[in-house]
Amino acid sequence: MREKTTTLYLGPQHPGITGNMMVKLQVQGDTVVKAETHVGYLHRGFEKLMERRNWLQSFTIVCRICVPEPDPNEENYSRAVEEIEGREVPERAKYIRVMTLELARIATYLLWYGGQSGSAGLYTMGQWSVGDRNYILDLFEDLTGGRIYHMYIWPGGVRRDLPKGFKDKALRTMDYIEKRLDDYDKLLFENSIFQKRAKGVGIIDKKKAVEWGVVGPPLRGCGIKSDVRIDDPYEVYDKLDFEVPAMEGGDVWTRALIRRFEIRQSINLVRQALDKMPGGEYYNKIPNPHKWTIPAGDAFVKTESARGEFGYYMVSDGGNKPRRVHVKGPAYVHGVSLLENLLEGENIADVSFIMNSLGTCPPEIER
Amino acid sequence: MAFFDLKGLLSPVTGLKQFGKKPHTIMFPDVAEHASDRYRGLHFNKLEDCIGCGNCSTICMNEAIDMIQIAGYEGKKGDSGLRPRVDNGRCCWCALCVEVCPTGSLNLTKDYIFVTPDANDFLWTPGIDNKEKGEENISFYSDKETSLSDYSRVPMRELDGDVRIQSFAEAVLGYNEEEARKEASRCISCGLCTESCPDHMHIPEYINAIARENDEDALRIIYDNNPLPEMCGKVCTRRCEDVCAMTHRGDAIAIRWLKRYATETAKNAEIIKEIVNPEIKEANGKKISIIGAGPSGLTAGYYLALRGFDVTIYEAKAKAGGMTFYGIPKYRLPAESLEKQVGYMQSIGVKINFNTRVGKDIDFKEIYNNSDAVFMGVGFEKPWTLGITGEDLNGSLQAVTYLDVINGGGDMEIGDKVAVIGGGNVAIDAARVARRKGADVTIVYRRRVEDMPADWEEIEGAEDEGVHIMPQGIPIEVIGDKNGKVTGLKFARAEMIPDPDGGRPRPKQIEGSEEIMEVTSVIGAIGQEGDYSFIPDDMKNQIKIERGRFVVDENKQTTLPKLFAGGDSANRTADAISAIADGFRAVKAIEKMLMK
Repeated sequence: MREKTTTLYLGPQHPGITGNMMVKLQVQGDTVVKAETHVGYLHRGFEKLMERRNWLQSFTIVCRICVPEPDPNEENYSRAVEEIEGREVPERAKYIRVMTLELARIATYLLWYGGQSGSAGLYTMGQWSVGDRNYILDLFEDLTGGRIYHMYIWPGGVRRDLPKGFKDKALRTMDYIEKRLDDYDKLLFENSIFQKRAKGVGIIDKKKAVEWGVVGPPLRGCGIKSDVRIDDPYEVYDKLDFEVPAMEGGDVWTRALIRRFEIRQSINLVRQALDKMPGGEYYNKIPNPHKWTIPAGDAFVKTESARGEFGYYMVSDGGNKPRRVHVKGPAYVHGVSLLENLLEGENIADVSFIMNSLGTCPPEIER
Repeated sequence: MAFFDLKGLLSPVTGLKQFGKKPHTIMFPDVAEHASDRYRGLHFNKLEDCIGCGNCSTICMNEAIDMIQIAGYEGKKGDSGLRPRVDNGRCCWCALCVEVCPTGSLNLTKDYIFVTPDANDFLWTPGIDNKEKGEENISFYSDKETSLSDYSRVPMRELDGDVRIQSFAEAVLGYNEEEARKEASRCISCGLCTESCPDHMHIPEYINAIARENDEDALRIIYDNNPLPEMCGKVCTRRCEDVCAMTHRGDAIAIRWLKRYATETAKNAEIIKEIVNPEIKEANGKKISIIGAGPSGLTAGYYLALRGFDVTIYEAKAKAGGMTFYGIPKYRLPAESLEKQVGYMQSIGVKINFNTRVGKDIDFKEIYNNSDAVFMGVGFEKPWTLGITGEDLNGSLQAVTYLDVINGGGDMEIGDKVAVIGGGNVAIDAARVARRKGADVTIVYRRRVEDMPADWEEIEGAEDEGVHIMPQGIPIEVIGDKNGKVTGLKFARAEMIPDPDGGRPRPKQIEGSEEIMEVTSVIGAIGQEGDYSFIPDDMKNQIKIERGRFVVDENKQTTLPKLFAGGDSANRTADAISAIADGFRAVKAIEKMLMK
């Protein structure tokens, strides 16, 4: 007897991930036979908006391209502007930027803990990790004045210097998070329910991962050691001592383990950045923003975000606005082509689970 | 994995140890969450510090800020009277408005809770509405260090004081291209300067053109309402700079020097004509006579000629420019510069009859009767005397006379020790000219140095050149020898008496403080007045004159319908740019009167 194929629409309202997108599933019983991703629910036209705003105004837009982790966008935007203009960034600012980016990575992974476990029905984990993420957001609030959208890394350096007492508070928070990671292990990684759900699910083929252009934890989860921070170091990553993990496997479990290790590396990086941070200027002031023009030229810059390599291609025609900014987030590959392929043959209950493990972020797809 | 994974089952249960722990979350409003010291919350504006420049509104990428009129804040010089109103529904709290506020009046506060059932309530004027979100909560602010405004002026290169006094070479060297671009890029285009310029020149627009590396555009914009821009670029009293938004925390934009830069790029009259490329209307057959080729007369002449009028200017002297030629020394405004600008005017059809003194070489009544309209820009030629004994001695002279002779190419014997009396620009000019003639010069002024009406740059320039300034000195008598030659100046010291009404303090002579300064000449520079003897009495009776000036309406029209007046003889402001503004306004009125 042939099983009947049913169409199932997952989303578009937060289909187990942050942001809005829809997955149209053809299912037979509980098994997905075909998945089709539909985006278009979040299009705010960032790239176009930037063409109508001056070089400084655009910097406040880019953070909105990724809600959970806005900072790589700020970093990319600033670094692209600096590269075209030839603007020097003070050494102190570079360390502050690295610290900010790593704090953002920790915050993103803590949110991921919640999403990954939540989509497996383990809600306590999410309560804990999102609660602990608030301590990182407190640090951001002290540092930047904002909890979610920091608008802190800007062309020329960072917006304000570290506030008084920040270093101590940050180190205390790092100690706390590190301690909490052991609790998380007990609750999530040692949990047989999670293990059973995660192992052998959503397997990415190593060869295909390279062909598709998979990046970040999903790629490292296929055993390929690839990280912009190491392969093509920016800011001061080459002056810091760290390693990125890579493990064979390619399934949700491996990707989760990669993130588990990376969050420890990030804590280590925050400590190193705070420790090695030199004194001096934190900002190479830009001229009057209304009349700030940037010589004609183009630049491609990339940053390792929590979801993988995040690239910006920027063109200036010599005017006071960007002529073109092209944003290439990792979710474009992970959330569209890779996801459609991975979901085939999987269980309906694993769809959100797999989406989470890839770090799908719809606003990144629809810049 | 074994089916019964004991560790995997028991490990999660350890989570129970968190049971009963204090939660991360807080229960609002029972517990208040205190935002950090740098929090970007709701706006607060210190209304008294705000100048309504609108920079916050311009930078806002969400267009969340409107500039609106607020009761109790009238527009005045340096304050548009407008204040920002924020649409909190559009705001993204990026705080760029704070970063670019030139006065630092706009801030963000720690307050972030605002609940209302009415969407219109989200539109509010910080500092007026919801004051309780106020000042003590300010958290995100920009000080001079963090502000994105550039408060430091590009310094102007000048000859050194000891080099300057060797000759009448221009002391100020002018910006080069790089310096001009840098200085122009500081401007935030708020337009407060335009309001305070008597001529309402399009200042932000031409500065913008310079910043955009389009000097020709800048020149065209400048010529729209000022036909003597190079003169203004060198010697304007620049009221615009006094109100510049940047002055609240730093140096005003060098508006005058930027204008100078833009105009100096056109090296001669032909180039000016080529760049400005004015549209000259077809001759309309109306005849306009202008008396005096000073700034107001030249301005009226230029714009009337552009509008197709037949313009003739009658000038008593051999050169055009009025006080700007005969009063301002050549180290400030070289003769060639004025000649270039006047030459351009002549090239578009302005006729100037030099050496033609109205009332002597030609009759005023004849001009009046043969013209469709007459504009008088006759200026103040006659110096005030000090009104003290000994003023008629040989060696006691007037600054305007002295400058007139020197600027006209002549010379006058002043000896080697000169006292100049007065504190205005004319006094400084006379002192600096005398210094160039090799004399040891002292300026005697009744009040304090900070009370001097002269331009501070002029005062500094004089001091650099070795001019002594003696403040709080009241001249009493010019002393001479038996041959009637000046030998000294008797003066007394003054103390400053505060004005109970809040005005500037008055000098009061200190009894018994009289001293005698040995000098070879005394130059008086305490003011001038007009000489209207060229107007026949029967006509003068019909022209209203008050306190030495023609009474004119807002169209610069006198009480005689065909007669217009501008410049010093009609305008108390008495500077070149006001004269230019008068001329420009009279042009519009004359055109309206004759072309309707």
